[in-house]
This record gives sequence, structure tokens and C-alpha cells, in this order.
Amino acid sequence: MNLIVSAIGQGLLWALLGLGLYLTFRILDFCDMTVEGTFPLGAATAVTAITHGVNPFIATLLAVVAGMVAGLVTGLLYTKGKIPSLLAGILTMTAIYSVNLRIMGKSNISLLGQPTLFNGALHNLPQYFDSVTLGLVVIAIVTVLMILFLATDYGQAFIATGDNPTMAKSLGIHTDKMVIVGLMISNGMVGLCGALIAQNNGYADINMGIGTIVIALASIIIGEVAFGELTLNQRLVAVTLGSIIYRIILLAVLQLGFSANDLNLISSVVLAICMMIPQFEKQLNIKKPILKGVRPHE
Amino acid sequence: MNKPILELKNVQTLVNKGTANQTKILKGINLQINAGDFITIVGTNGAGKSTLFNVIGGNLRADGGQILHNGQDITRTSEEDRTAFLARVFQDPKLGTAPRMTVAENMLLATKRGEHRYLIFRQLKQNMARFTKLAATMNNGLENRMTTATGALSGGQRQALSFLMATLKRPDILLLDEHTAALDPHTSLNLLHATNERITTDHLTALMITHHLEDALTYGNRLIVLKDGQIKADFKGEAKQVLTVDKLYQYFED
Ligand SMILES: Nc1ncnc2c1ncn2[C@@H]1O[C@H](COP(=O)(O)OP(=O)(O)OP(=O)(O)O)[C@@H](O)[C@H]1O
Ligand SMILES: [Mg+2]
Repeated sequence: MNLIVSAIGQGLLWALLGLGLYLTFRILDFCDMTVEGTFPLGAATAVTAITHGVNPFIATLLAVVAGMVAGLVTGLLYTKGKIPSLLAGILTMTAIYSVNLRIMGKSNISLLGQPTLFNGALHNLPQYFDSVTLGLVVIAIVTVLMILFLATDYGQAFIATGDNPTMAKSLGIHTDKMVIVGLMISNGMVGLCGALIAQNNGYADINMGIGTIVIALASIIIGEVAFGELTLNQRLVAVTLGSIIYRIILLAVLQLGFSANDLNLISSVVLAICMMIPQFEKQLNIKKPILKGVRPHE
Repeated sequence: MNKPILELKNVQTLVNKGTANQTKILKGINLQINAGDFITIVGTNGAGKSTLFNVIGGNLRADGGQILHNGQDITRTSEEDRTAFLARVFQDPKLGTAPRMTVAENMLLATKRGEHRYLIFRQLKQNMARFTKLAATMNNGLENRMTTATGALSGGQRQALSFLMATLKRPDILLLDEHTAALDPHTSLNLLHATNERITTDHLTALMITHHLEDALTYGNRLIVLKDGQIKADFKGEAKQVLTVDKLYQYFED
């Protein structure tokens, strides 16, 4: 029972990563590798700030801002620098690794004995219910904000940019700006995710970003496979459910005797199988944004 | 004489700039377009018709000369900013609509062509009746597919939608680059009729590229022949009315 509650809590917190990537990967058709750097960046920023006496809430906001800056860098490399999206993301991600070491000063910082968002008001909840509660609140707010945003004139132009950039431009939509804004929002969310996961785990580690893009894709795809044809708003909810299902699958795999060290291997295998089955690939359309990611921006 | 709505002065474009293959595509285009002109444009493949549209539309910068809109120099104005007064329909039906968005959502996007888009709620429901009525004018069942993703429409329906979107917010200049070329003869004729109807009743200023000499003669009040990056002939009013396919065809020989 405890394990299931823990998996749901983890799924809710990690869903932020999936939702962030949904904006770029699915809506903008942009395969953004930056997230592999932004996730630990958010963690490093929040944890370092907290250990320097910053209020955990402010520290978490700082992580969001740091993530947005990372998104801005990738966006500028892609739109102004004409660097293919995949490479632009990899460049930022690689650079962030050094930035993270600078921020933290070492490769691992513990939050032992420090205040976090989880041991404030949530402290009196039974084990693991703190992450479920905070996860639910954050995901509800973020999902509602995304739904509202996408239903505005600005949000519709954002969707059109990813759907058909030629048409968007011919209607006067500044597509470069849209891509930059999308990358900033997306990476801000991923930074937030990193900050929350670090506070939940009680530490930040320089290597905690490895595999995040696969985890994010997995929650998006599991949500799509599990729930089929959905409206855009329903799809956003499906990402969170996908993230929870993914955590439950991992739990089951761990029960089979695999260790936590095998998680990245398992995640990759699951995603690779999804991409290799033609019916899946046709329905899921994973390769298109990735292939597009190796071409420069016109 | 009224002031031209759009004027091109000695416009030139180069490709492969700075390489050994540098070539001039448009070789000094001079053109005055007056309000209400409906100009058909013909010319051989590679004559530079699409290039001319790209220069007017701003997705290709002129390497020489000047473009004026209502007397204002727009030579360096970006493609996005020019959409405030300019609309276009592409030849490829896929280029004109957002495939995952519905017909009505696409139309809503087009009502704000060239305008700032704010964080205010889209007014889809409020516009639905108006959009449906407009769609019905295309006579191809588009009005029954208002909530369908445009990716699921036929090429003809998509192209009709693209045309509607280009005219939803009145443009000063409408560019049609072989916009019926990908359609079957019947659908193509249907869209051409609708195009002509809309342009004449609304007194739009339009440029239409076509490879059908009959269509070039039937529609519009002015006809331009483009050849090797230059305007070879410009028939206006009376001169256009007496023009025949045979005479026009001579420009395509040799
Ligand atoms: N980017 C480019 N690089 C090199 N040559 C180009 C480029 N764009 C256009 N051209 C050349 O410019 C010439 C004019 O092309 P354009 O597309 O304007 O012709 P067109 O009159 O529209 O022809 P069609 O009737 O086939 O559509 C062609 O010879 C074409 O090969
Ligand atoms: Mg052409």
C-alpha cells in the first residue's frame, strides 16, 4: 500500500516534466534535449538556495527562473543562431552541467536538517502523502494554467506555430518568438520539477538529469496509448496519468528483482519498443519531431 | 490617377549570393498596382512568378530596388509585419491550414491576421455562426465540418478554407499562387468561381498566378506576362479584353 502511494506521489511530481515536454515535443514539434540539463539545474538551484538559508518557496521559484533562462538560451541558439533544435538543446544541456557544478560547488548536496516544501504544513501527513498532496496541488494549478493559456488568442497562435509554421507566419504570427516563449515555459516547468524532486528526495545530485527526456517521453506516450483519442485538454490530464502509470510499472519491475540502477535501461527499452512497432509509431508519431530536430531552422 | 496601392521599383533578386553560381532571378521589375486591380500572371516555369510573390510577401528580401505600400517603403519590412495588409494562398493545400486544428479554429486564427495576439480568451463560439455561413459560400460541404481537424479534409476543401482565411480579414493585397493547381478540374473551377466572386464583389486587389491561359484571360482586369525575370507584357482593360489565347501563347514560344 505504502509503495503504491509513493509511486502515485512520484508520478504526480514527475508529471511536471512530462507536461513541460508536452509543450515543446507535442505542441511545438520541437525535440528539446535541454530538459536533461534543466532538471538538475532546478534541483541544484533550489537545494543550494535552501542550504544558504533561502525560504524553500522562494528557492523553488528561483529554480523556475533558472529553467526559463536555460530555455531562452536554447531558443536563441535555434532561432537566431540557426542551430538545429536537437543540437541546440544538447549544447545548452552540456553547458548546464558545468553551471550546475558551479552552483553546487560539489557533485552532491544533502538537504538533511533543512526546511523544504515537504516538511512545512505537510509534515503531519502520513508517510508519502506529503508528495501526493503537494503533487496534486501543483499539477492541478499547472494543468489549469496550461488549459487556460492554450485557449487564449496567444495560445492558439502558439499551437498554430507548432502545427504549421508556414501558415502561422503567413497570418503574421512571430513564430520565432513563439518557439522561444514555449521553450521558456517548458523549461521553467522542468526546473520546477527538478526543485520538487530534489526536496522530496532530500538531496541534489549532478547526475540526476540523466534519462529525464526518456522518462518524460514515456509518460506522454503511456498516456496516449492508455487513453487513445482525446481532446487537447484531456491529453494534458493523460500525461499526468501516464506519469503515474509509468511509476507503477517501475515499481512492478523493481518487485521483479531489478534494481534502481536498471531504471534507465528499462525506460529506454520500453520507449524503443514503442518506436519499433510500426502501428505504435504511426499512432504515436515520435520520430517526426526528432528527425525534424536535426535540420536547421529556416 | 489614384495612388498605386503597391508599387515595385526596379526590384531585383539574386540567388546563391556570393558564390560562383550567383544568378539574378528578378531582373528589374517595375510594377504599379492600383486599388481594385485583379491581375492574372502567366509565364514559363522558372520565369520568376513565385519569386515575385515571395518578394512582395517579404519571405524573400529584394537585393535591389524598392517596394512601396501606399507610398510607404516596405522593402525591409518583415514577412510577419506585411501580413497586416497582405494575404496569400499557396499552391500546396497543406501549407495554408493547421492540420491538427479545426476548421473554425483555423478561421479564428485568420481573423487576427497581422495583429497582436493577447492573453485573452479566444471567441470561438461567438464567431461560429458567422464562420459557418462563410464556409457555406464555398459550396463544398465545408460548413458541415466546422469542428473537424483540417488534416482530415480533402485537398479541395482545405484550399477553399485557405482562400476563405486569406479574405476573412480584408487584405489590401491578395496573392494567389496557382491556388487551384492541385485540385481536380471540377473542384478547381468551383474554387475559381468563388475566388472571382469574392474578389469582384468585395473589390479586392489581387494577383493570381496561373498556367491556364484561358483562366488568365477570363478573370481579372489586367494580365501580366513574366519571362526570364522580367515583365514582357502588361495588358490592361480594353487591351486585355481583345487578347486571345493564340496571341498570348506566342510569348511562350522559343
Ligand atoms: N533558392 C534558390 N536557389 C536557386 N535558384 C532558385 C531558388 N529559388 C528559385 N530559383 C530559381 O529561380 C527561378 C524562378 O523560380 P520561380 O519559382 O519564381 O519560378 P515560377 O515562375 O514560379 O515557376 P513555376 O511556373 O514552375 O512555378 C527558377 O529558375 C528557379 O530554379
Ligand atoms: Mg511558381
